[in-house]
Amino acid sequence: MRRQVLACRVENHSGVLTHITGLFASRGFNIDSLSVGETDNPRFSRVTIVCRGDERILEQIRKQLGKLIDVIKVINLSEMESVERELMLVRVNVGPSKRAEVMEIAEVFRAKVVDVGAKELMIEISGKRAKVDAFIDLMRPYGIKEMARTGEVALARGPKPSAAGG
Amino acid sequence: MSAKEMTGAQILVEGLKAAGVEVMFGYPGGSVIPIFDVLYEEKSIKFVLTRHEQGAGHAADGYARATGKPGCVIATSGPGATNLITAIANAYMDSVPMVAITGQVKTMLIGNDAFQEADVTGITRPITKHNYLVKDVNDLARVVKEAFHIASTGRPGPVVIDLPVDVTQQKTRLPKKVEIDLPGYKPTYEGHPQQVQRAAELINKAERPVLYVGGGVIISEASEEVFEIATKAHIPVTTTLMGLGAFPEEHPLSLQMLGMHGTVYANYAVTNCDLLIAVGARFDDRVTGKLDAFAPNAKVVHIDIDPSAISKNVHVDMPIVGDCKKVLKELKEHIKPNEREAWVRTVAEWKEKYPLSYPQDGKLHPQMVVEKLHEVTGGDAIIVTDVGQNQMWAAQFYRYSKPRTFISSGGLGTMGYGFPAAIGAQVGMPDRKVALVSGDGSIQMNIQELATAHRLDLPIVIVLLNNGYLGMVRQWQELFFARRYSHTTLEANPDFVKLVEAYGAKGMRVDRAGDVEQALREAFDARTLTLIDFVVEPEANVFPMVPSGEAIDRMIGGMA
Ligand SMILES: Cc1cc2nc3c(=O)[nH]c(=O)nc-3n(C[C@H](O)[C@H](O)[C@H](O)COP(=O)(O)OP(=O)(O)OC[C@H]3O[C@@H](n4cnc5c(N)ncnc54)[C@H](O)[C@@H]3O)c2cc1C
Ligand SMILES: Cc1ncc(C[n+]2csc(CCOP(=O)(O)OP(=O)(O)O)c2C)c(N)n1
Repeated sequence: MRRQVLACRVENHSGVLTHITGLFASRGFNIDSLSVGETDNPRFSRVTIVCRGDERILEQIRKQLGKLIDVIKVINLSEMESVERELMLVRVNVGPSKRAEVMEIAEVFRAKVVDVGAKELMIEISGKRAKVDAFIDLMRPYGIKEMARTGEVALARGPKPSAAGG
Repeated sequence: MSAKEMTGAQILVEGLKAAGVEVMFGYPGGSVIPIFDVLYEEKSIKFVLTRHEQGAGHAADGYARATGKPGCVIATSGPGATNLITAIANAYMDSVPMVAITGQVKTMLIGNDAFQEADVTGITRPITKHNYLVKDVNDLARVVKEAFHIASTGRPGPVVIDLPVDVTQQKTRLPKKVEIDLPGYKPTYEGHPQQVQRAAELINKAERPVLYVGGGVIISEASEEVFEIATKAHIPVTTTLMGLGAFPEEHPLSLQMLGMHGTVYANYAVTNCDLLIAVGARFDDRVTGKLDAFAPNAKVVHIDIDPSAISKNVHVDMPIVGDCKKVLKELKEHIKPNEREAWVRTVAEWKEKYPLSYPQDGKLHPQMVVEKLHEVTGGDAIIVTDVGQNQMWAAQFYRYSKPRTFISSGGLGTMGYGFPAAIGAQVGMPDRKVALVSGDGSIQMNIQELATAHRLDLPIVIVLLNNGYLGMVRQWQELFFARRYSHTTLEANPDFVKLVEAYGAKGMRVDRAGDVEQALREAFDARTLTLIDFVVEPEANVFPMVPSGEAIDRMIGGMA
């Protein structure tokens, strides 16, 4: 099983996401995460998909996505130098006595405290998936009340834009 | 802009005409009345009213396969649309170009569980090449044009246009020029020149090559190119069920069909070849059997227009994405003449030793009916089949020599496909002989279309191989389930002769082998809708047969 990050440029209209998620569902492909956002051209959106499978499945995923009429282009970012980032918001159980301790850890991770309550902190962190995972592990002993992760977005490095953009 | 205002329904019909639609199959209902109202006066589109939407869908499919033009079908919202689903799925599995128009409830009611509402784009997503829900009448002209373009180019397939009734009534001005806008759709037609060159080298070097030819060759009309390559380099040719007719089966290089019910010699040749050249074929499990024993010693060249078909099931050494016809034309130039005497002789010996056969005991065997059908039609009819044993016998015992003369539900295996598809084929090819080979189970799944065929006075000959069983399932029960015939006996079948007569058509019954030929001649001479009820050997089996999941050279039957 290998992990693959795909960036797709897709038409920005209703129904496109159903086509993509439906494809994964009906062909039994596994999605780790999927994130959607606008591009600089309002006609298109960019969908970043992180999926896994053996080589044959990963190839089928790329080919089947490419067959969807509303998918303009599929870029395999796992094949190139790319920057991958994920954003997470997490609410941690922290009373006044442990506040400084947690804020110190946040500092090390370049995470930001975005809300402070009597018994909790809300922290924002972004970075590679591994870093976000590590931060979660450290927060777990305090008690995580709730968290939301965006799933990864990614861009290829280098002089040329990866055409999945806009 | 001076163009006059038109309703959505008018724009739709104009779009259909612009796309070259001459025949439409369908069934009316509340949400499509505005469209039918336009069709009422439309002279240039022949409308075929079937007796069930499934029949309309399969008829559009049969029309498309016989003519090569996209089929067009229309049904109302809700139950009309859901009745089309099997036909759409069938067309999808066999890559048949088709545009299905479904009515939908008013735009503002969508999602409200309105009367006769069904989420058609949701339901059809996995069984269409693409689908549209048109919410703005200004999109309609473009959508219609795109739908036909998508359906009939690249790897063909069905496209659904779901059309809310209010959109068909809204008015707008038609733009002067309707342009498609599909940046995400660019099929590859030309093969990569270097890959083609390398494939040719593999072919030139091969000692025991086999051409494995599928439905893609029929679709791209490349049978001539297949013939030229096969005869230039003496390469034996086997076709899939969908490829029947792509290579003349009476030619010495023909191995006929391969796979589960293929010939022994085709399966032997594939198992023993050192190069398998797959052309427009998709390595279906009915063809490959046990995957690691399929062409185990061969390098594989695969030509297909759909990149996702390549290396899906088997490893391909030389993939070529492109249109069969274009690629083969190019390939031919690089192929050297070669007699391949030893290989051709080996294959000829297998053909001699393991012919297709059935008991010669004077009884009325279904295989013999199909042989006679070939004789009586001179091999020149369009043969449409249903699903089951009847389909396999029609595939094995007729000798196909031209493309688009064998029409059958391969991928979905839809019982009930045959009769409406025969109607579509005959409507599209009025001057050709069309025969349906069916079973007593399958025919009853769309028997209501007798009214459609009779009303149009279509001279289809229905060859009913009546064995009183759901034969194909019974065969499996006989061979693998200790003859426990659980619910496969068709008791209380109707009297088929009286039944067709009730519809105003001609019926005959044959229960002796000696009467087969005469009955067939009479039926074709009658030039009117005729059903012949052949009361055949009830427990005849389709042989050879590869048990499910076995290697394809491990066949039961036919190795006498
Ligand atoms: C009861 C039953 C028994 C069966 N037994 C057998 C059997 O024994 N043997 C057998 O062969 N089948 C059998 N079938 C049929 C089988 O299920 C498949 O439908 C069939 O094998 C598929 O044929 P194909 O590979 O030619 O593919 P098709 O479904 O015809 O697909 C066509 C291929 O060509 C490609 N293509 C399309 N257009 C082009 C173009 N312009 N250029 C290049 N490529 C193109 C497509 O992308 C696709 O990959 C049976 C079916 C039933 C119902
Ligand atoms: C719609 C549908 N239902 C069930 C099946 C499963 N099935 C495949 S072959 C077969 C028997 C077909 O019987 P009949 O039409 O009498 O043909 P025969 O095999 O006897 O020639 C059945 C039930 C199917 N292919 N399609």
